[in-house]
Amino acid sequence: MPLRLRAAIVSLVLLAVFLGAWHLATRSTGTAASMSPEYARLMGLTATQGKSAMPGPLDVGAKLWEHLKRPFYDNGPNDKGLGIQLAYSIGRVGLGYLIAVVVAIPLGFLIGMSPLISKALDPFIQVLKPISPLAWMPLALYTIKDSSVSAIFVIFICSVWPMLLNTAFGVAGVRKEWINVARTLEVGTVRRAFTVILPAAAPTILTGMRISIGIAWLVIVAAEMLVGGTGIGYFVWNEWNNLSITNVIIAILLIGIVGMLLDQVLARITRLVTFPE
Amino acid sequence: MTDRFISIEAIARRYPAAGGGSTTIFENLWLSMARGEFGCVIGHSGCGKTTVLNILAGLDEPSEGTVIVDGQAIDGTSLDRAVIFQSHALLPWRTVLGNVAYAVSSKWRKWDRARVKAHAQKFIDLVGLAGAEHKYPSELSGGMKQRVGIARALSITPKIMLMDEPFSALDALTRGTLQDEVRRICLETGQTTFMITHDVDEAIFLADKIFLMTNGPGAVLAEIVENPLPKERGRIDLHRHPYYYALRNHIVDFLVSRSRSFASDVTDRDPRHVPTVRPGVGEPVIVSPPRVVDPNPAQSAAR
Repeated sequence: MPLRLRAAIVSLVLLAVFLGAWHLATRSTGTAASMSPEYARLMGLTATQGKSAMPGPLDVGAKLWEHLKRPFYDNGPNDKGLGIQLAYSIGRVGLGYLIAVVVAIPLGFLIGMSPLISKALDPFIQVLKPISPLAWMPLALYTIKDSSVSAIFVIFICSVWPMLLNTAFGVAGVRKEWINVARTLEVGTVRRAFTVILPAAAPTILTGMRISIGIAWLVIVAAEMLVGGTGIGYFVWNEWNNLSITNVIIAILLIGIVGMLLDQVLARITRLVTFPE
Repeated sequence: MTDRFISIEAIARRYPAAGGGSTTIFENLWLSMARGEFGCVIGHSGCGKTTVLNILAGLDEPSEGTVIVDGQAIDGTSLDRAVIFQSHALLPWRTVLGNVAYAVSSKWRKWDRARVKAHAQKFIDLVGLAGAEHKYPSELSGGMKQRVGIARALSITPKIMLMDEPFSALDALTRGTLQDEVRRICLETGQTTFMITHDVDEAIFLADKIFLMTNGPGAVLAEIVENPLPKERGRIDLHRHPYYYALRNHIVDFLVSRSRSFASDVTDRDPRHVPTVRPGVGEPVIVSPPRVVDPNPAQSAAR
């Protein structure tokens, strides 16, 4: 049996064990204390049948099916389909991330190619890099005065650093002999940057971009919890306020799946630009 | 000397030393070559031969002195001087054709794709790589990679080809074949070539002139050895030529002992006029009296 198939079987078994344990831990334990029917209706299944307050896998599955059937409904500001919420989040991440690409890659090129600029910018980067992106939020809200744009700014600021540093590292580390080939062929600076340095540094740059998209997706949830209005992060917080643990679990699952897909897209592109030596 | 196609004039290369002074790799180095000549530099590691080649290529700058090629002082790198790197230095994200075409389109910027491709293909065929043009460097053997390096250098039809130990990373069989190819191509095209090697036999087979450098730091060009072997020489019967061992011993002697002691032995050296040596057969020496040949071997055996 091929390894992939065996691994898939083990994965399925683990999933089944997890779902089974979850189901057993949250099921109703039968009868509970006798009480007046009116009181019992008020207290719900938790009191009457000993059912856990935590939803079981069947509850979550049923609710998820409901969401999947109508992903794009819009019943006003506090009741939108999960598809719409995810689209808002992906849109913000995409925009902030794109701005970060536009800034980080040319700047990274400059840092990688010029030791002077590298040394001059280094203290700024070292100080700015470890700042939690959410710490920028009040400043962003005050200056930009738009909560949605502030969230995009926060995504930009958190995804710019890995790309910037990886681009600079990749560009500075291009093999001397490849540069020398371009020099002996009298290739101009711009053509050299595009035909030698960019392809040589592309795998390193793409690795930085892959790290960045992961961080951006982590941060958007927190940012939307703060900013509110729309987005999957806001949805999580809103459903917590509704005490709908079922919806919170569904949101957690979807955040994981979208994060995985974003990472896979970048991984695919990285493979395209990677060259064997 | 009348024809000085390449003329290295009084170049020096110094590096700043740790103590604040500077280390001199070599200084006041003069060297010249005629058009169409194949010159080989031989010397131990650290004598600065790669530095000389890099200066000639324009990849490095001399601390003093100038290099004149075809009547003009060189200034940086040039498409007139192609380099074949020891590590082949192919761009791994380009195919064989892509690597050669990159050089071709760098030289002739205005050529269209088809013309660049046709020109590149001609040189890929020349080095015997027809059929492998769409392979990537990682799919090629070491010898094939170096063939691509040679095709890339030749494709821009340079005035000078500079080779930095091009075959040192290859196995002996591949090295032999590639030496044959390089010699054939250089003879066919009349290419002026400057090569660095530490392989004495390679130098004897390929070079018209062999430049012997002493050990560094403070390396000097000790001697220019003219190759006395005929132009039409084959690798197979090279060692049967009467001059072969005289030439080989002369170079090996230099590498083994004289390269170390040269600086202290020779005090009246004129760096502008380095002696040229042409090893040949010495006077015949009788090592044992000739034997009397028996006219009738059968009888002598019976006796």
